Amino acid sequence: MKVTVDQAKCVSSGQCVLNAGEVFDQRDDDGVVILLTDNPPPAQAANARKAAAACPALAIDIEE
Amino acid sequence: MSDTLTGTTTEVPDYPMDRDARCPFAPPPQVLGMGTAKPLSRVRIWDGSTPWLITGHEVARELFADARVSVDDRREGFPHWNEHMLSTVHKRPRSVFTSDAEEHTRFRRMLSKPFTFKRVEGLRSAIQEVTDECIDAILAGPQPADMVSKLALPVPTRVISEMLGVPYEDHEFFQHHANVGLARYATAEDGQKGAMGLAQYLINLVETKRENPAEDAVSDLAERVNAGEITVKEAAQLGTGLLIAGHETTANMIGIGVLALLENPEQAALLRDSDNPKFIANAVEELMRYLSIIQNGQRRVAIEDIEIGGETIRAGEGIIIDLAPANWDATAYPQPDKLDLNRDAGQQLGFGYGRHQCVGQQLARAELQIVFHTLLRRIPTLRLAVPFDEVPFKHDRLAYGVYELPVTW
Repeated sequence: MKVTVDQAKCVSSGQCVLNAGEVFDQRDDDGVVILLTDNPPPAQAANARKAAAACPALAIDIEE
Repeated sequence: MSDTLTGTTTEVPDYPMDRDARCPFAPPPQVLGMGTAKPLSRVRIWDGSTPWLITGHEVARELFADARVSVDDRREGFPHWNEHMLSTVHKRPRSVFTSDAEEHTRFRRMLSKPFTFKRVEGLRSAIQEVTDECIDAILAGPQPADMVSKLALPVPTRVISEMLGVPYEDHEFFQHHANVGLARYATAEDGQKGAMGLAQYLINLVETKRENPAEDAVSDLAERVNAGEITVKEAAQLGTGLLIAGHETTANMIGIGVLALLENPEQAALLRDSDNPKFIANAVEELMRYLSIIQNGQRRVAIEDIEIGGETIRAGEGIIIDLAPANWDATAYPQPDKLDLNRDAGQQLGFGYGRHQCVGQQLARAELQIVFHTLLRRIPTLRLAVPFDEVPFKHDRLAYGVYELPVTW
């Protein structure tokens, strides 16, 4: 799995951290997404997919 | 409605529609009926125009996330809520609610700092404390007790006021001014009075924080003013939005959510007996799906032609995305009229979706999770103190809920 994020699209909803806190974080100043790992282990893959589906700005892309 | 009837203006139903007083948790039956037939159809609004009403879950999600759909209410064809919103469209400074693309992103990021997931997690103990204090006072006070004035309003008001740096002593002033402008058919005059009162208060507060900043959200905005990034008026407008959105919506969700739990005692028992944070979190999503609070639709306008759901929305046509029927779309949620805390309600649209999705959603989630669970645990014998059909519902407000909720135990 390869995860990419588009910080320009991000609207700081926090949905990614809510769903997959091991894969995503938010910048302290404005809540913009930070990618912690672009290749999450299998145990975190389902949560990463959930985060991508929940992202209201479609800022998370996942290649399987 | 079939395609052959779309040119017949008399066939277009008026919107918004009334709920059935016997099923006050359900969206209006006429809206549900339209949603069963098609995910989008034409409706007629107060000014005689005929925007598209979106009732399907999938179409709602797609349009919320579509960059060809604008929230800029100055554009021709925008389906305004009421006369007040139209009459003030060029007087109101642009805000996170009415700007698109980069301008929106700029505003939004100024507001996001206090609402990140981790910051809100850090507030949980404070929210718990405020909730416990309110419940202590309820238990020590007379019966019946009104859940709206004793719990639903004070918890979010205290939390958002502290977060913004607004003194709690001013909360009555806020509730009054916020409510005046939000009435379903507010006249231009009503709306202006409420908005001006709040705007002036916030302007003064921003000015105060420019001189004496503290660790709060209005101070963050004041700092942006000092840096020349935004004007005092813009800062006040952003602060006002957070304040209103931060207390009224959550308060309504708490009030009507408690009532929905009392009416579904087996579901309330599941929530009361659970110690699983994931179950409690999903229970709140399901309550939001079931109740959808924000009525009368999210207003948008198409800036390009959009083909969706078998229809073409033309550039310049109004779009109204109605959260309640989308959350009761049986293709997304089988038996949508059942409150089922065990169903996966993760994609519910109560906070909207797309780039304008609620800024304060993580705070609202934390508050709702704590308040419902704590109330059910601490007052397990809680019950309605009046017959159900005497509970006054907010049919006439943009945010649905109950005006009061007398309970006993």
